[in-house]
Amino acid sequence: MQNEWPLWEVFIRGQHGLSHRHVGSLHAADAEGAIKNARDVYTRRNEGVSIWVVEASAIAASSPDEKGPLYEPSNDKIYRHPTFYDIPDDAGAM
Amino acid sequence: MYAQMIKSTGKTVKSLDEMDPQERAFQERIDAGGKIEPRDWMPEGYRKTLIRQIGQHAHSEIVGQLPEGNWITRAPTLERKAILLAKVQDEAGHGLYLYCAAETLGVSRDDLTRDLLSGKMKYSSIFNYPTLTWADMGAVGWLVDGAAIMNQVPLQRTSYGPYARAMVRICKEESFHQRQGFDIMMKMASGTEAQRKMAQDALNRFWYPSLMMFGPSDENSVHSAQNMAWKIKMNTNDELRQKFVDQTVPQAEYLGLTVPDAHLKWNEERGHYDFSEPDWEEFFDVLNGNGPCSKERLEARNKAWDDGAWVRDGLMAHAEKKKARKLAAE
Ligand SMILES: [Fe+2]
Ligand SMILES: [Fe+2]
Ligand SMILES: [Fe+2]
Repeated sequence: MQNEWPLWEVFIRGQHGLSHRHVGSLHAADAEGAIKNARDVYTRRNEGVSIWVVEASAIAASSPDEKGPLYEPSNDKIYRHPTFYDIPDDAGAM
Repeated sequence: MYAQMIKSTGKTVKSLDEMDPQERAFQERIDAGGKIEPRDWMPEGYRKTLIRQIGQHAHSEIVGQLPEGNWITRAPTLERKAILLAKVQDEAGHGLYLYCAAETLGVSRDDLTRDLLSGKMKYSSIFNYPTLTWADMGAVGWLVDGAAIMNQVPLQRTSYGPYARAMVRICKEESFHQRQGFDIMMKMASGTEAQRKMAQDALNRFWYPSLMMFGPSDENSVHSAQNMAWKIKMNTNDELRQKFVDQTVPQAEYLGLTVPDAHLKWNEERGHYDFSEPDWEEFFDVLNGNGPCSKERLEARNKAWDDGAWVRDGLMAHAEKKKARKLAAE
């Protein structure tokens, strides 16, 4: 059992033009095998029209401990939201 | 259930005041309906209990293919065969979704497989019963998948993100399983006298093992209380069993079949059916590996693993060779 196949993360784009979405992971010897396995494991009911697989070890992720410093800078910039501005009704749709 | 008798830390549930700040923040997040994700801090007991529970759930999906796989080549029509094949293939998928959820907790797929094959980790007691006739395919889909759904629907709200997401996928697919089973039962129950008898016999044999799937009463269990506080268990075993009985008895009546319980009676006051408990001694015996098919099931899994070794090794060697060749060409 020392020869475990590597882990791949699977991303699938559905029918309706949305971006690829992470759906889960699986094991496969190589990328080709991972795509074939992903077809069987994650698209048995036409869930997708495009599959991406990425070796799990190649993914860099933000750390949950840094949530504060990472996202806080955007908290006080409420002027980035359209609701920050008072536009009179007379100005018409905007 | 698919995960039966899951032990947690064994200590009484701590109150928020007794927790250190980290653990308190963790529990408060769960209490507020938040999700715990793989890289978040979590108590060691939560991690270990989840590995046990998700692992056992995954093993159940995988071993659960065997009793139904038994009938694929003997399905009565090509259509039934295609349906059963698709159903069993779904169960393989369910096992894989769950293994990958367990792996996010830091256990390897091979570790989980090894513990299943050695008998160290359990799978649901229900899959240690034989499937003797075609009507059993009906009873399994109707009762066994029906009981599984009862347990899995609330687990979609479990606190651990990857587990909850796996349950959402699984629940979407389960309802086909139960309906195809009931469809078989309808056909058999309205067929010839021999077919009707077969359907009744399947219900007779699968009724109590299905009730056992929920596990013995755990109202006073420390493990259960902790697992509920952590939201990795959402209902008591008795609650789910009652819900299952209440839902299933009218369906049996619809089929014109008799639930094999002389004490089964609608209780107007409670608004629920009263029913007999299954034989819990039998349950523990089956869980400890002495079910009618326990040996056969584990042997089948071990054989599949051993027979597949050369394929796994060969594909890995090929992949490595290809990678090396590509590197050399660059
Ligand atoms: Fe399943
Ligand atoms: Fe199942
Ligand atoms: Fe199922």
